[in-house]
Amino acid sequence: MTVAVVLDGVSCVFGSGAQTVRAVDRVDLTIEGGEFFTLLGPSGSGKTTCLRMIGGFTLPTSGSIRIGGEDVTHRPPYARPVNTVFQDYALFPHMSIRDNVAYGLMVQKVPKAERHRRADEMLALVRLPGVGDRRPMQLSGGQRQRVALARALINRPQVLLLDEPLGALDLKLREQMQTELKALQRQLGITFLFITHDQHEALSMSDRIGVFNQGRLEQVATPAALYNRPATRFVAEFVGAANVLDGELARQLSGLASVMLRPERIELVGDGAGHVSATVMDSQYFGAFHRLRVDLAGTALAVDLNPQQHPSLPEPGARVGLRWAADAIHPLAAEDAA
Amino acid sequence: MSASLPVSAARPAPGGPLRALSDLLYRHRGLALAALLVPPLLWFGVIYLGSLFTLLAHSFFALDEFSGLVDRSTFTLQNFRDLLQPANLDVMLRTVLMAVAVTVACTAIGFPIAYYMARHARGSQKALLYIAVMLPLWSSYLVRLYAWKLLLAKEGAISWVFAEMHLTWLLDALLATPVIGGNSLSFSRLGTFLVFVYMWLPFMILPIQAAIERIPGSLLEASSDLGASGRTTFWKVIFPLAMPGIAAGSIFTFSLTLGDYIIPQVIGDSTLFIGQVVYRQQGVAGNIPFAAAFSLVPIVVIGVYLWFAKRLGAFDAL
Amino acid sequence: MRSDPSKAGWGLKAATWGAVLFLHLPLALIILYAFSAEDKSYVFPPPALTTQWFAAAWEREDVWAAIGLSFRVALVATAVAMVLGTLAAAGLARTRFFGRDAISLLLILPIALPGVITGIALRSAYGALEIPFSYWTIVIGHATFCVVVVYNNAVARLRRTSPSLIEASMDLGADTFQTIRYVILPQLGSALLAGGLLAFALSFDEVIVTTFTAGQQTTLPIWMLQELIRPRQRPVTNVVAVVIIALTFLPILAAYYLTRADETPAGR
Repeated sequence: MTVAVVLDGVSCVFGSGAQTVRAVDRVDLTIEGGEFFTLLGPSGSGKTTCLRMIGGFTLPTSGSIRIGGEDVTHRPPYARPVNTVFQDYALFPHMSIRDNVAYGLMVQKVPKAERHRRADEMLALVRLPGVGDRRPMQLSGGQRQRVALARALINRPQVLLLDEPLGALDLKLREQMQTELKALQRQLGITFLFITHDQHEALSMSDRIGVFNQGRLEQVATPAALYNRPATRFVAEFVGAANVLDGELARQLSGLASVMLRPERIELVGDGAGHVSATVMDSQYFGAFHRLRVDLAGTALAVDLNPQQHPSLPEPGARVGLRWAADAIHPLAAEDAA
Repeated sequence: MSASLPVSAARPAPGGPLRALSDLLYRHRGLALAALLVPPLLWFGVIYLGSLFTLLAHSFFALDEFSGLVDRSTFTLQNFRDLLQPANLDVMLRTVLMAVAVTVACTAIGFPIAYYMARHARGSQKALLYIAVMLPLWSSYLVRLYAWKLLLAKEGAISWVFAEMHLTWLLDALLATPVIGGNSLSFSRLGTFLVFVYMWLPFMILPIQAAIERIPGSLLEASSDLGASGRTTFWKVIFPLAMPGIAAGSIFTFSLTLGDYIIPQVIGDSTLFIGQVVYRQQGVAGNIPFAAAFSLVPIVVIGVYLWFAKRLGAFDAL
Repeated sequence: MRSDPSKAGWGLKAATWGAVLFLHLPLALIILYAFSAEDKSYVFPPPALTTQWFAAAWEREDVWAAIGLSFRVALVATAVAMVLGTLAAAGLARTRFFGRDAISLLLILPIALPGVITGIALRSAYGALEIPFSYWTIVIGHATFCVVVVYNNAVARLRRTSPSLIEASMDLGADTFQTIRYVILPQLGSALLAGGLLAFALSFDEVIVTTFTAGQQTTLPIWMLQELIRPRQRPVTNVVAVVIIALTFLPILAAYYLTRADETPAGR
């Protein structure tokens, strides 16, 4: 498998002195050709800046970026073999849908007949046949998003950048688009670089995920590895719910300084029958599970219970036992112990 | 229809000098910015600032006594000494007082309509009012002035209206009043005042309207929720928040009145205003230095006024 | 801010529509006078109505010459203002650098300061450099204060344009110049047109600065001013006034409709 994108020591620093902002801080990243890679992180974590640097809209202050083996660090966007689907779709309001999609070809002076034909092909590919003559204003959000996709793909880029493309869609539409995007990527075989702050989206769509926090890339792994073996406390808490134990409690239970335990891996048993005993505080009902909060020696833990197996819950104040499998406890990097 | 897209190798490079230039401008944003701003800055720097500077310089020159031409070789403060002569001080005082009177009148007349437009007009009525106020603003200054010459003429429409209402005696009494009266409205300072108010009224209405528009409806609701009557809400909430709009409008009315030389000439008694002195001095007399010095007066007055207006928040309302 | 139609007292309504009448009656009067048969005075009401003066005005050579000069000046001044105004807007609309506010102030200054100041300043500069009055001395003055009109319209439109449009264009392979041609200019189009129309109307009507920079030349406003001071043929002046109203009314209205969406919404 070829390597599509390599970021080597890339930083993006704004301001100076007391007002320095390290939007992206010495990031090293290798993205393989043909994979669906997601940059995940909260707002302001640097994932968008990273994408913009790969696209060429922001220039890095240090480091280098290689795409398909070529150094493109200082090249303008129009000279890079990547295309972008923007968060607000950025469709040209004064052009028809067909002209929007064909824009990349028009700029390369492809003859009109051919570029219109290929534009219509792309629109069929994204399941929007027949809207070629309309204006962006006349389409719904979901439709515009597909047009943006078609427009970006027509140039056959090596890498497709997607900047939180599903953020503006409602839940059902978003889930539908997630499936379609994943299928499209499989079908085309192009490297997709996807940005989102939604960890469910990331987990369900990606081949690999890179988690950003305050400008640093904290972990790059497959979804399963990320979920089950988070490298840091931040990743543990950001991807899924996590119980983080540290200090004396962690040492007692695992011999390590800082560990994580997923709520669904904790078993609720009678008082005294588990590894430890805790006091019930309250519970919340989430449909597919109950989330019970318990007090374990001063630390609050979340325990997820299947409603079928636990038709009635212990009262607040009751003492219960907690049990878990040996591999359910996962060590976290010591420096992240708060 | 192909189900998979062959991935392109390197991006096709059309090359060409334009693209190279584009690359350069992209890498060096500062260069692009300079390319954009240099032409307008050159024009404004050289032509506008240059001529303002020349004006300032001329105020320190004087006319050569024998040739009548501007002597640019010596600096003198003679012009400024001349400014302090009683006749000239009269002109300045007269103009400032007129500017103040016009500003007050415009505020009084303009506030109700601005208030109505902001708080009560809706939809097409609002658009209609907006156009109704804006159109005279952009219409020909001279045509509007001409209209008033027709109106104020001794045999014109206003006299006719007074006659029809049997109020001619009132008109005559007004015209007999010293200082503001005259032969007919067209040749009186009262007439000048009326025309000034007419001309600058839209300049006052629009900023006030904008300022009142900006008051969040929730403030007024909170005020009445806390027990204030409509009148109290007006004086305690609306009027103070409309002040910046009034200040902004007053900048226009004050500054425009201060420098105008056409209106007093066409409609008015023969006393002079600042603009007229400047115009006459540079015209027939060719005394540009004195005209320059005189023109510094409105600049200073406006500067002072702007300082006050800024403290009242006028700049936020512009 | 929410409107409150039920509460407007009759006093307020009277004051409002009274002000509107005050603003527009004089203009209506001129239109009436253009048909007045009386040619020696401004008597009201006019003794009889006639259209003969329109023909008389058509015959007047000096009126046509003045219109021609005003038109030529406005054309070139508008062209210069559009170029400089657009460049300035592109440079200032979304950037932030030291001195940016000072530059915007500089552009506004010709309109902010009384016209007599700009007029005497240019006059003194022409005098010092011994430049004789000519077509160009007028154009230079007009172009200078027309720039801000185009600038304001262009900036308002640029601020409303999403920056991702430009990025998208470049992303798809268009360089700076292609992006300007295919994306930026079409977006700016109607705003520039509106700015141009307003600049044209402003220049066509300008008299305060023009009297200082025209010397012996007569633009239409200068012609009008001379008639105001020393009336020659009153009815012809009335007719010309009506024509001017029509000529300036139309571009202003057109410009308003072109850029309605760009204004900060007035209670919409």
